[in-house]
Amino acid sequence: MLNAVTAKSSLEDILEELEQAEGLGALQTASERLRDHFDVDHIVYHWVDSAGDQYGCGTYSDEWRDHYLKQNYLRVDPVIIGCFQRFHPVDWKRLDWSSKQARAFQQEAIEYGVGNQGFSVPIRGPNGQFALFTISHNCDDDTWATFTETHRRDLILIAHYFNEKALEFEPGRIPENHQPLSPREIDAMTLLAMGYSRAQVAQTLSISEHTLRVYIESARFKLGAMNTTHAVARAMSRGLIVV
Amino acid sequence: MLRYVYADQLKNHPKLAASMFRDRADQFKTRLGWDVSVDAEGFERDQYDDLNPLYVIWENVDGSHGGSMRFLPTTGRTMVNEHFGSLMSGPITSPTIWECTRFCLNRNAESRVAAALMLGGGEIMQNFGVHHFVGVFDARMVRIYRMIGSSPDILGFDGEGRDKISVGLWHFAPEAQAKVASRAGLSLELSRLWFARSFGDTGAPAYELARTA
Repeated sequence: MLNAVTAKSSLEDILEELEQAEGLGALQTASERLRDHFDVDHIVYHWVDSAGDQYGCGTYSDEWRDHYLKQNYLRVDPVIIGCFQRFHPVDWKRLDWSSKQARAFQQEAIEYGVGNQGFSVPIRGPNGQFALFTISHNCDDDTWATFTETHRRDLILIAHYFNEKALEFEPGRIPENHQPLSPREIDAMTLLAMGYSRAQVAQTLSISEHTLRVYIESARFKLGAMNTTHAVARAMSRGLIVV
Repeated sequence: MLRYVYADQLKNHPKLAASMFRDRADQFKTRLGWDVSVDAEGFERDQYDDLNPLYVIWENVDGSHGGSMRFLPTTGRTMVNEHFGSLMSGPITSPTIWECTRFCLNRNAESRVAAALMLGGGEIMQNFGVHHFVGVFDARMVRIYRMIGSSPDILGFDGEGRDKISVGLWHFAPEAQAKVASRAGLSLELSRLWFARSFGDTGAPAYELARTA
């Protein structure tokens, strides 16, 4: 899993494509490309609204998806139950699998190829919207711990970018522009685009490097970017900064 | 001990929850004179308590509240962004930046409780991929944070003297963690154990083991 040799799309490319795409099919395509990028068994995005309606996409087999819906596993699935109303990322090992129902569900999930490991990022959207971004795989505990530790931050960001995209298609949603950058965030992005080092940017703005990191992190998220270079590129292409 | 409790789990800890909201009234209304509302039960609660935040709470031996703080991710509604945005060039928004508010200590709390809470904050950062906390605090806390070895960077402030309210930010620093742990009189192992317990690590066979059952 961690030493695949095939050439893979970068996260930036995958997100760029997702950002540009129109229609929910883009989320499906992005799930598949992310699965290949991380070289794991599955990537799944699952939206549940307050009325209990759900939308999902990802790489689980059609058989498992149909079975899950037919059995109404939303009411049994410990991942849903354990992540609903939460906002911290969850390793499936930490969830409560003790009930008979949960164990039977788990047995089936593994038979359907979900994998023996999972990591889910809960997302709280506007107006009680809730979604889960999940990555699952078949491997031993140590390998999984290393994987999630290494990629946790990226997975958290991607989870939220998926949800942003999904929200665009919500019926009745008023299209809104991207969240604007604050004046400090624009300053930071502009100076970085001019080639200043972080230390120079911090000094120029008379703030500590730690404070600068917060502004960069916030700008990066608002721009839907994976890293600082990506964020600067997006800020420029959207005309948010002028160098 | 430290407990990590979402608001919807507070019902499982009625004594702890009631004493936390009363201690908040005592600290923010009685002692600091902040413009906060206290209900008929003597609880200080605000609109952010209704958003199912995560509390880190020091529980005394008798099950009552020793100190606490409240966390929400800055991707949703937060006090810092809705009320203090102008102090820090906000809004600040990222799933890896959480806000920390209502840092409260029981008036008889031992000095190590504040340090224990900060240690809990460090567990959250390390385990949940959180890079920074953005917090709101009163002037009095600046000295306490310095004493326990966890001083925030100040992003901005409002008011003067005793009425001064600051917005600051914390990041995780391994060297600070050791100092905070020693101020708290706690080992990192115990801290990790409490964290794991709150988030479901019961030591029982979990998902992976049952595969072979």
